[in-house]
Amino acid sequence: MLGLSSKDTALLIIVALLALLAPVLLNPFPEASAMAQFNAGYPDLMQRFVIYGIFAIGFNILFGLTGYLSFGHAAFLGVGSYAAVWMFKLLSYNVVPAILLSVVVAGLFSVLIGYISLRRSGIYFSILTLAFAQMSFALAYSVLSNPKFNLTNGETGLQVYTDDPQIFHRAGLPDLPHFFGLSMRSTYTVDMGGWSFDFNAGYYLCAIILLVAFYMSIRIFNSPFGIMLRAIKSNQQRLNYTGLNSRPYTLAAFVISGMYAGLAGGLLAAMDPLAGAERMQWTASGEVVLMTILGGAGTLIGPILGAGFIKYFENIFSKINDNVLHQWFSFMPDGAEDFLVAIVHPFVGKGWHLTLGILFMLVVIFLPGGLVEGGQRIGRFVFRRNNRKGGGLEPDAKAKQPAE
Amino acid sequence: MSKNILTRRGLMRTGAAAGAGLAMPTIFTGQVWSAAHSGYTNAPQGSTVTLGFNVPQTGPYADEGADELLAQQLAVEHLNGEGDGGCLNTFSSKALKGNGILGKKVQYVTGDTQTKSDAARASAKSMIEKDGAIMINGGSSSGVAVAVQGLCQEAGVIFMAGLTHANDTTGKDRKANGFRHFFNAYMSGAALAPVLAKEMGSDRRAYHLTADYNWGWTQEESIVASTEALGWETVNTVKTPLASTDFSSYITPVLNSGADVLVLNHYGGNMVNSLSNAIQFDLLSKQVNGKDFKIVVPLYSELMAAGAGENIKGVLGSMNYNWQLDNEGSKQFVKSFGEKYGKPPSNSAQTCYAQVLLYADACERAGTFNPCGVAEALEGFEFDGLGNGKTLYRAEDHQCFKDVLVVRGAENPTSAYDTLEIVEITPVDQVMYAPDHPMFGGAEAKLGECNPGA
Repeated sequence: MLGLSSKDTALLIIVALLALLAPVLLNPFPEASAMAQFNAGYPDLMQRFVIYGIFAIGFNILFGLTGYLSFGHAAFLGVGSYAAVWMFKLLSYNVVPAILLSVVVAGLFSVLIGYISLRRSGIYFSILTLAFAQMSFALAYSVLSNPKFNLTNGETGLQVYTDDPQIFHRAGLPDLPHFFGLSMRSTYTVDMGGWSFDFNAGYYLCAIILLVAFYMSIRIFNSPFGIMLRAIKSNQQRLNYTGLNSRPYTLAAFVISGMYAGLAGGLLAAMDPLAGAERMQWTASGEVVLMTILGGAGTLIGPILGAGFIKYFENIFSKINDNVLHQWFSFMPDGAEDFLVAIVHPFVGKGWHLTLGILFMLVVIFLPGGLVEGGQRIGRFVFRRNNRKGGGLEPDAKAKQPAE
Repeated sequence: MSKNILTRRGLMRTGAAAGAGLAMPTIFTGQVWSAAHSGYTNAPQGSTVTLGFNVPQTGPYADEGADELLAQQLAVEHLNGEGDGGCLNTFSSKALKGNGILGKKVQYVTGDTQTKSDAARASAKSMIEKDGAIMINGGSSSGVAVAVQGLCQEAGVIFMAGLTHANDTTGKDRKANGFRHFFNAYMSGAALAPVLAKEMGSDRRAYHLTADYNWGWTQEESIVASTEALGWETVNTVKTPLASTDFSSYITPVLNSGADVLVLNHYGGNMVNSLSNAIQFDLLSKQVNGKDFKIVVPLYSELMAAGAGENIKGVLGSMNYNWQLDNEGSKQFVKSFGEKYGKPPSNSAQTCYAQVLLYADACERAGTFNPCGVAEALEGFEFDGLGNGKTLYRAEDHQCFKDVLVVRGAENPTSAYDTLEIVEITPVDQVMYAPDHPMFGGAEAKLGECNPGA
């Protein structure tokens, strides 16, 4: 279907189902239960899962295929966000021009940075991109936010004020980002038994864009262009000796992944019309590297899994405080309760970085291929056991395991 | 490569699937949020009400955040009638009974702002969308305060700002759903100026080092304006990048500039480093223009004082609150806080504690959790007994007006906690300004309409 092999089609369908049913799948626990703490199905977090998924998919096109490790991708994300908020400020709250411009601006910006950075490879390339990203951050944080020429509004973040021009804004349209009148914040809440599911307009816009982005990434992976990029990864020198100039290919990959990042940035601004300079900081660039490696670099679905994993920790684990811990362990005798709380305390709440770091180490040491490799191993394990039992379920098990 | 052939059957199948997908949501007999509840976001259901405490738990202001959280937990305890009741005993409004808010037990959720406006908004959004928080309180920087205040306005909940000192929070970025108890850069300038004149004379030459972002600029603007009104001359104003840790290269030119006062518009780790550098260059023992060289740090905090150690001796600055203040509310608060945590509360802890109590009291007096009712109850509210003395929540810009403290690094501290001594309590009239003051966005700054959400 759609020019994909049956395996890739299956993968696309799985991703589509996951994305469309996320509001239900991510809220597995009834609202009143103690486990509701772990529910992730609220609009803001779901939007983040999807948006950072797009960001990581784009990063993977550069890193996974060509092996060029960019440490400055957050710069494109930030540029995309600023472009989108400026469209809100100047035109109207409609998200379509904002998202389009964010992709275009991030694309132009990545041509500029890519043209310079790609003169070097390996660690020098990484350092160059890092330098550019930090430069962009400094520009956004203070230089370009002085009272005389305020492009970014610095620390506070660029936002829309009531006295902005917004030339296409009419009364009757929502005062928040909207898709031709449909507010991105509008949420349809379904209460079923103890459960409550939020179907959010903004989330579904992001999810549809994610599917398009994912589809395009599959096509790029399978195209002759993608094969050329893989050739660059395996041995660029050999490629050069055959008389091929590899730079246009790497630059194209860089720009494509920069545009993906810009798209993600534009979507972030479309969901929440504020662009902060921290989005461009090196920690943000590092985060997308972690997402890709954690999920499985060079695989199709890995980056999405990695993005979801990290955002889940950032938003759910960081909110577990001592109060919550005491509730969990309240069934125990007093001494044991305090003891357990003291043990768990460093790993939750403000210690979420620690838990994430440990998990990251475990994944890198034991599953070098990331979460995708974990999935494959489980798949193989199940597959083998079934084989021993008689092999009746074989095709079924095969379909379940995530493809590369 | 497989071919992409569109058949009639394939098309019909796809169409049917897409149609079913689109029709899906309508199958459920769901209720829209606003219809199910009482006309405002997150109306408390059942016997509890949830507050959101959004403080920096990681990053440069993590210490301030930790202290804020302690104070917020103490406030919740007092509201629920546990502990010794704290400032409920001294608060001039007697609406709070110690049985929660409007009879509902107070619960809270916490989040990490990371001192980044993005992360702070994400965290506040999850409190509002997931946990049903009806009020957000906390924060330790103005960027975060302005960002979260904007979010609360859009979402239709009340924002009770924590530590935020920039003029913009209740100036050009003021919002109908946002309230600030903390003082601001203008008040710092107005309170410091007379003390500076008294201690240093009115013919000084000042050199400013300013953290290069919004808060730094508004503070520099405020201090320059109030010191120039005294007759001081501003020799130079230099912006320093926020990420700097070594300020030596910024201190050297000060010596050759002919300035005899150094104003450090820095906060947190920045201030600790720049002050230490200035002391290393022995600025305080220099004589310039026949006068002793002086250093001023307009915004002080206990945690910064602890970080700078010996270096702050004799250095002047201003504060919103200090635990050594001698009034009923302050004594009661320091007692409750000290008994529970074994240390006196900081500036930022007190402002968050007061904000939580003020919110709860406003709900009681309004008889509702509806943000518009609460805002109306807070506007123009005059109170006493929360530690700062007589205070007014001004209706025009949602800024609190109260006495401002001018403090000095103590020469001979007796413990780790009295590193600052109060020089003067500047009366509120002296730090008053018009709501349409040019430093606060002028006549264009508007609160807008209160938004109950839903």
